[in-house]
Amino acid sequence: MRFADTLRFARDAAAGYPLRTTLSVLAMSIGVAAVVVLTALGDGARRYVVGQFSSLGANLVIVLPGRSGTGGFNPANAITTTPRDLTVDDAAAVRRAPAVGRVGPLAVGTSEIAFGGRLREVIVAGTNHDYFAIRGLELAQGTPLPDEDWNRASPVIVIGAKVREEVFGAAPAIGQLVRVGDRRLRVIGVMKSTGQGLGMNTDEIVIVPVALAQAMFNSNTLFRILIEAKSREAIPDAKAQALEIVKQRHRGEEDVTVITQDAVLATFDRLLGALTMGVAGIAAISLAVAGILVMNVMLVAVTQRTAEIGLLKALGASGGAIRLAFLAEAAMLSAVGALVGYLLGQAGAFALRQVFPVFPAYAPDWAVIAALTTALGTGLLFGVMPARRAARLDPVQALMKH
Amino acid sequence: MPLIELAGIARHFQLGDTTVKALAGLDLRIDAGEYVAVMGPSGSGKSTLLNLLGLLDRPNEGTYRLAGTDVTTLSAEEQARVRSERIGFVFQSFHLVPRLTAAENIALPMTLAGIPAKERATRVAAALAGFGLENRAGHRPDQLSGGQRQRVAIARATIMRPALILADEPTGNLDRHTGEEVMHLLEDLNRQGVTLVVVTHDQTLGARAHRQLLMEDGRIERDSADLAYG
Repeated sequence: MRFADTLRFARDAAAGYPLRTTLSVLAMSIGVAAVVVLTALGDGARRYVVGQFSSLGANLVIVLPGRSGTGGFNPANAITTTPRDLTVDDAAAVRRAPAVGRVGPLAVGTSEIAFGGRLREVIVAGTNHDYFAIRGLELAQGTPLPDEDWNRASPVIVIGAKVREEVFGAAPAIGQLVRVGDRRLRVIGVMKSTGQGLGMNTDEIVIVPVALAQAMFNSNTLFRILIEAKSREAIPDAKAQALEIVKQRHRGEEDVTVITQDAVLATFDRLLGALTMGVAGIAAISLAVAGILVMNVMLVAVTQRTAEIGLLKALGASGGAIRLAFLAEAAMLSAVGALVGYLLGQAGAFALRQVFPVFPAYAPDWAVIAALTTALGTGLLFGVMPARRAARLDPVQALMKH
Repeated sequence: MPLIELAGIARHFQLGDTTVKALAGLDLRIDAGEYVAVMGPSGSGKSTLLNLLGLLDRPNEGTYRLAGTDVTTLSAEEQARVRSERIGFVFQSFHLVPRLTAAENIALPMTLAGIPAKERATRVAAALAGFGLENRAGHRPDQLSGGQRQRVAIARATIMRPALILADEPTGNLDRHTGEEVMHLLEDLNRQGVTLVVVTHDQTLGARAHRQLLMEDGRIERDSADLAYG
């Protein structure tokens, strides 16, 4: 029997029993669609979290005041005093470390911003020019803080998008003088709206030079020092060097904590990756079930068509030709099922993306390929047994069954 | 020249503890171009004989030579080839594939033999014309009358131009008139040189054949050829 004829014969056979064919195709397609949609969800969650972390800045190392000691009571700690504050000079010293690229000192407080009779409370972040690059902050208008000596308190301010909207309304903001606390500052930039995220929401903050902020809050401590390592590979070095420098400056006291965003990110990445795999595994079970269903359907087909198989043998069909015809039918059922399921799954993922636009629900390629091959594989695998049974039928017995 | 030579053929089935002898020590010779009717009561072994002749069944003992070659020792795949090329079957209940059209049913043996679609189409067209089924080519079996169905079945049996046609009660499911027509078709084929073996328990139908074999208890009780010669 020619290959094209075998395929056509199998297709006609499948089309000859529409209900049976539809049901098995449906089972297979639900299995594939489940894999596609569930992995799209899992991988979407992973991508969402990774994306949020990345928006905090690349290759980020953060120095926090105070140690993260969990070692319980230590007599040495009791004798030595409370941790020293982080200062702008600490940040400047860290900048000289070889693995460190940019450094952004960060002092934080709350104050009021007033313009033209309107007043609102804002979070004031005192920092420097490099902070914008480290955090990847984008400006809608104007310029970031000037690149100048960190100890210079230039009377300038960059405001968040929501602050601009509420204080200035439709009026232009750039170049205007606003009052923050008891200072008069010139607006030099407006940040782009970023919306809600895992990081600090920059829509409702204002940014001023770090020296100005410390003067306003009458303090010389820093909330954080943000460090950008020179490269991804330099992150561990940057962490070690920053810790060493601050420790030396604090008379050998390790009274700061240095965390890397990379470590947190990698943990989340692994966690959510495993979640996706687990979800895919659960969905794969439905594929196996669909495969067994295809086997059932094909076994029923062999029983239903016993007389036909006997006839085909009488007409000169070899066992091999019959085996191939039934195998082709099983493969066809699962191939069509896989294709329909793929389209259904992609449609489902698309619908998810429409409903939750921030959620990147794309099924990963590996999952789609695995789902399709598993569908075809199980279909063929479970098609072998019925096909062999059909080929082995005794033609005399088969013909008598009518 | 003998087309079929059976020597010492025995076929028995195991039914629980008892062995049923369907055929025992059967010798038979059928020449090419003969028209033979196999008759006998049910259970006499005539269907088993037909299945053996059609290579659908294997004997437990004895040899079967078809056109000079021993076919009992062939593998299942080789027997399928022989069936495809040399033997055509006509069944009492027609055995058409219900989802295929008349033309597709007729083409089925050629499809299975791997004959190109183009040649299939011309041969099917000729067969449809030869059996008066031109207007029924696209009809499915359930849209055909009994006589038309059996004509489709005969067209299918002859499409590979076999040397031997085996018919098992070919008129059993037909009324008298259409049965007559079908027998005429089969006898026409025989006149063209095809060896025809018909299994029936209808006396009048059997009487039309040139040679009658009467079977009883797995043996040939009477062979009209023996009576004629001696």
